[in-house]
Amino acid sequence: MLLIEIKPNSCDFCGCCVGVCPEDAIELQEAHISIIEERCTNCAKCVWVCPFEVLLFNKPEKRRSGASVSPEETR
Amino acid sequence: MKPRYDVIIVGAGPAGTTCARYAAARGASVLVLEKDRDVGMPVRCGEAVSNRSLESIVPIDPRWIAATIKRFRLISPSGHIVEPDLGGYGYVLERRIFDYDLARLAVEAGAEVHTKCYVDDLLRATPASHAEGKAIPATDPAPGTTADNAQDGAWKGVSYQWKGERRTVEGRIIVAADGVESRVGKWAGIDTTTHMRDMETCAQMTISNVDLEDDACEFYFGNDTAPMGYLWVFPKGHGMANVGVGISGMASKKTAAIRYLRRFIDQRFPDAAVLTTVAGGVPCATTVGTLVQRNVVLVGDAAHQVNPLSGGGITSGMIGGKLAGEAIAMAIEKNDLSLLNNYPKQWRKEIGAKHDTYYRMKAAVYKFPDATLDDIAINVLKLREDKRTIWGVFRTALRHQPALVWEMVKTFGLK
Ligand SMILES: Cc1cc2nc3c(=O)[nH]c(=O)nc-3n(C[C@H](O)[C@H](O)[C@H](O)COP(=O)(O)OP(=O)(O)OC[C@H]3O[C@@H](n4cnc5c(N)ncnc54)[C@H](O)[C@@H]3O)c2cc1C
Ligand code: SF4
Ligand code: SF4
Repeated sequence: MLLIEIKPNSCDFCGCCVGVCPEDAIELQEAHISIIEERCTNCAKCVWVCPFEVLLFNKPEKRRSGASVSPEETR
Repeated sequence: MKPRYDVIIVGAGPAGTTCARYAAARGASVLVLEKDRDVGMPVRCGEAVSNRSLESIVPIDPRWIAATIKRFRLISPSGHIVEPDLGGYGYVLERRIFDYDLARLAVEAGAEVHTKCYVDDLLRATPASHAEGKAIPATDPAPGTTADNAQDGAWKGVSYQWKGERRTVEGRIIVAADGVESRVGKWAGIDTTTHMRDMETCAQMTISNVDLEDDACEFYFGNDTAPMGYLWVFPKGHGMANVGVGISGMASKKTAAIRYLRRFIDQRFPDAAVLTTVAGGVPCATTVGTLVQRNVVLVGDAAHQVNPLSGGGITSGMIGGKLAGEAIAMAIEKNDLSLLNNYPKQWRKEIGAKHDTYYRMKAAVYKFPDATLDDIAINVLKLREDKRTIWGVFRTALRHQPALVWEMVKTFGLK
């Protein structure tokens, strides 16, 4: 399940996220960005480097009360 | 566009168009594909270069120069100002004009440049032997044995999208000049992913209506201003400046670059008009280990040919493009792909080894807490004025790491 969300109308198409993505999972055209769900491992590196905070990591809903799922566990 | 070229270059930045110029000038047929509608736009760059490195690679046109820089100011966290003598001067370019002109020079040398072409994959060659079930040989063919595309290497061209249509074009050699967001190298099996620590994530505003000295570049350091990076103010003349910040991806995990930039501009230039705001990334690592993989060649940011200490990649990427362009022209002329390997060798000799040392200097300097940075500034200011060179600054900064100082002295031939 893809946990990375792209905030609409905020991306500057700079490519910083693409440069750190270990899975080649980001498609970046002149004015369009998308994540290739089948490749993305939800590692969140793209989220951390985005200079404009365009990418968001949505924590999956808690499985049990109190236990949240870290990005690693969701692979 | 023809169906087939000697060389296909992906990306029309300075590295790609310089590679195109050198390859085309020596007779290769060259196609440059650029995804954006306009070469060189938007400008995601502070635009500062040193006069010497730019002169070494292209005759300078005064139209490219927005400001000539005579002074470099390093500002420590508590505001101590060090103005080291760099032994040369610098320019702040107008890259809108500069990048365009580099493309024009490539075209004048015989290259074709096409915009709005988004390259989305490499085309795998299917030589006769492959069709019969034999694998493509794992090593490059012996010199002089390459006859046509099918045997040249594992890739025979690229596919690209143009106005929503998928098209293909063939090339004997494919150059990844696709910048920080490079994917072409990855498709060829080269690991070009930038480690988060080494990705300097940037935000920059070009502002006007500011009162600045037009011949001074400022660099601000400190954990509150630009953790594991720096903030720059580069004048562009006419009361304009590029003000930007670059921080390591590790620091960006906590607070994004744009927040540091907004805070600085609000404090320092409250009355400025913001003309542009851009995001960007700079791969401040050592050069990618594999610059040539069969018939795929990496140049510029795509090859991490950036000075990892300063983050400057315009001229070093152009030098990468030039060296690759020369090797490519030779490989085409002699019909021998193994000649491409001259490029990594030359790169290492001219620049690569220096970047390795810069990388170690960066790793050392970025660990310093604010108090140490202030201390360095105070100690440099105690030096005799003629000793306040950029090397004087680094000698002072790294005085507790004599091995690194010695490496600096050796690599850069310092006295
Ligand atoms: C904020 C910021 C400030 C900087 N400041 C300075 C500075 O002051 N001085 C300095 O020397 N350097 C600076 N740099 C670094 C410098 O901008 C780069 O090193 C330089 O632009 C690299 O040139 P290049 O040709 O390798 O890549 P780029 O200039 O990035 O060109 C790559 C091109 O490839 C195109 N492309 C990418 N993917 C595809 C595809 N799939 N299909 C078709 N085309 C594609 C892109 O659209 C782009 O035009 C800065 C960088 C940033 C982000
Ligand atoms: S790093 Fe952020 S602004 Fe840049 S392309 Fe990725 S999502 Fe867009
Ligand atoms: S979460 Fe990781 S794998 Fe997915 S797009 Fe971002 S960087 Fe790539």
